[in-house]
Amino acid sequence: MGVSQSDLTSAILAPDADVPAGLSDGHGKTAGKRFDVYRNNVAVSLTEALVTAFPTIYSLVGDQFFRAMAGVYLRQHPPSSPLMMFYGAEMPAFLETFEPAKGLPYLPDAARVDLALRHAYHAADTTPIAADAVQIAPEDLMASRVELAPAVQVIASAYPIHGIWSLARGGSKPPAAAQDVLISRPAFDPEIDLLPPNGAAFLTALVNNATIEEALDTSSLDPASGFGPLLGLALQRGIFTRLH
Amino acid sequence: MSNTTKTLAIAGAVAAAMAASLSTPAAAQAQEKCYGVSLAGENDCAAGPGTTCAGTSTVDYQGNAWTLVPAGTCADIELPAMADGTAREGSLEELARDLPA
Amino acid sequence: MLDTTFSHLPNTPGVGYKPQHYSEILEAPGPVSWLEVHAENYMGDGGRPLAQLGYLAERFPISVHGVGLSIGGEGALDKDHLARLRTLCDRVKPASFSEHLAWSTHDAHFLNDLLPLPYTATTVARVADHIKEVQNHVGRRMLLENPSSYLWFDESTMSETDFLFQVATASGCGLLLDVNNVFVSATNLNMDARAYIDAFPVEKVGEIHLGGHDEDEDEHGAPLLIDSHGREVVDPVWALYDYTLAKAGPRPTLIEWDTDVPDWPTLRAEAERAAAALAAV
Repeated sequence: MGVSQSDLTSAILAPDADVPAGLSDGHGKTAGKRFDVYRNNVAVSLTEALVTAFPTIYSLVGDQFFRAMAGVYLRQHPPSSPLMMFYGAEMPAFLETFEPAKGLPYLPDAARVDLALRHAYHAADTTPIAADAVQIAPEDLMASRVELAPAVQVIASAYPIHGIWSLARGGSKPPAAAQDVLISRPAFDPEIDLLPPNGAAFLTALVNNATIEEALDTSSLDPASGFGPLLGLALQRGIFTRLH
Repeated sequence: MSNTTKTLAIAGAVAAAMAASLSTPAAAQAQEKCYGVSLAGENDCAAGPGTTCAGTSTVDYQGNAWTLVPAGTCADIELPAMADGTAREGSLEELARDLPA
Repeated sequence: MLDTTFSHLPNTPGVGYKPQHYSEILEAPGPVSWLEVHAENYMGDGGRPLAQLGYLAERFPISVHGVGLSIGGEGALDKDHLARLRTLCDRVKPASFSEHLAWSTHDAHFLNDLLPLPYTATTVARVADHIKEVQNHVGRRMLLENPSSYLWFDESTMSETDFLFQVATASGCGLLLDVNNVFVSATNLNMDARAYIDAFPVEKVGEIHLGGHDEDEDEHGAPLLIDSHGREVVDPVWALYDYTLAKAGPRPTLIEWDTDVPDWPTLRAEAERAAAALAAV
């Protein structure tokens, strides 16, 4: 009876556990450090994956804290799929309850931004509507619904997440204010844009199949000063794939 | 806002949006088949982790004793006040105080 | 769009494709005449990775190299993953498809490493069955790659070369011979690397891998090499490659460099060295 993959998996994920019996150097000496090669490969490769996946969180908490935190995360949430590009989906929820980070309550939203940018990068290719497609009678436009590109995500936050994202890339100190962002991918590179007040609620209503007029009403987005710039941004980023 | 006022506002908003989107050449140029990496220094930064069949000799598989505090750019962030105007709970000082020994 | 489908890899050098080399590969490929990609990195829905790969696949034979299928796993193969492989192969029409003799998934947890298995009659049957399932799903023959070994299972009843021969015979798959892995395993398990090549069924080899490794030692002071793909191929591995070519004849040969990826001229220089060795056969 040999060592099972269940035993190996448990021992790989538990650095303090004994090395499973039945493994050697091939010449009678037990495998201690030899087994640690696999423990190390798993922990280091998943840690590196998380460093790559969450550049904003990494910048906010620093290298040492991030890597130590990744060591906890990867054992609680090993990947459930071989698609490493999507590893880390549980990070926002993990950060909600991770005690050593509780003084930084904006981390979960910052992790959502990192996840959304990656999702956008790998999202399906789509063709946006032409800008002049919205040049129809205002009554018709208000009664229209839109479909959004799969890369698009709206993130509403009680924290200055656009400023925090920018700070993590060398930007200046964020304002002490709540911010909402739009994530999109006009061609191949994801974009993150600050949304105007009520813009997130407006776009979320559109996602939920409201007409433009219904979305304006439920979101309280100002039809003149709010809707114009937001529509301009939406056309520039190509977030609408259909108007009907 | 009356329906007429709203209709007028929408018409104005569409005109402004059209002007804004047409004045931006990025939309057209970005649709070129620019398969290569477009921004120097930001090489596929949004791609996320890839797979590899390589191992590593960097040693780091230990569990961790928690003696660490965040030490990155978070020091520059001021939290917004809550809706009622009171300061939000949570700060680096509090974090350091509450860490388990 | 060019109407080209590459049916096989040429007996020339290829490299593991890295997006940072995209422009230079198109402008100054040197002796690099085919490219290998890790299948899992091209399983998103769209965007730049698939656009680049589609463009390159019209110009270069592509080898799709899976790193996450867990062919050696005790559990059933992941049907979703098989379907993704099929989709990718239908899209890219690769000249070659390969995977590893290893496991990486257990109980729905993917560990992101190529983990070892014992060599017994039971595991021969399991791996061969899995390979047949893969070949049926993907609709093409695959190559199975020999691993880098760091330890030995006491329960093993046969050599790795016997194991690979039996699996290939039972499943109909071909083999991918990683010469650096042979060197790493032989050093780590104190075996003769040339004897491994002598025992290897070279007639089944559809592709050769070369890569760099790191040096460490175990707690008993014995050498422990790590297959890191993070530096140049070392001279003893080039010598073992020459030995392999003398026995097997020229074969498509890949330079793998996955960590601390160098600039294009450095990677191309490795391919030039492989080209010279191939030309000398």
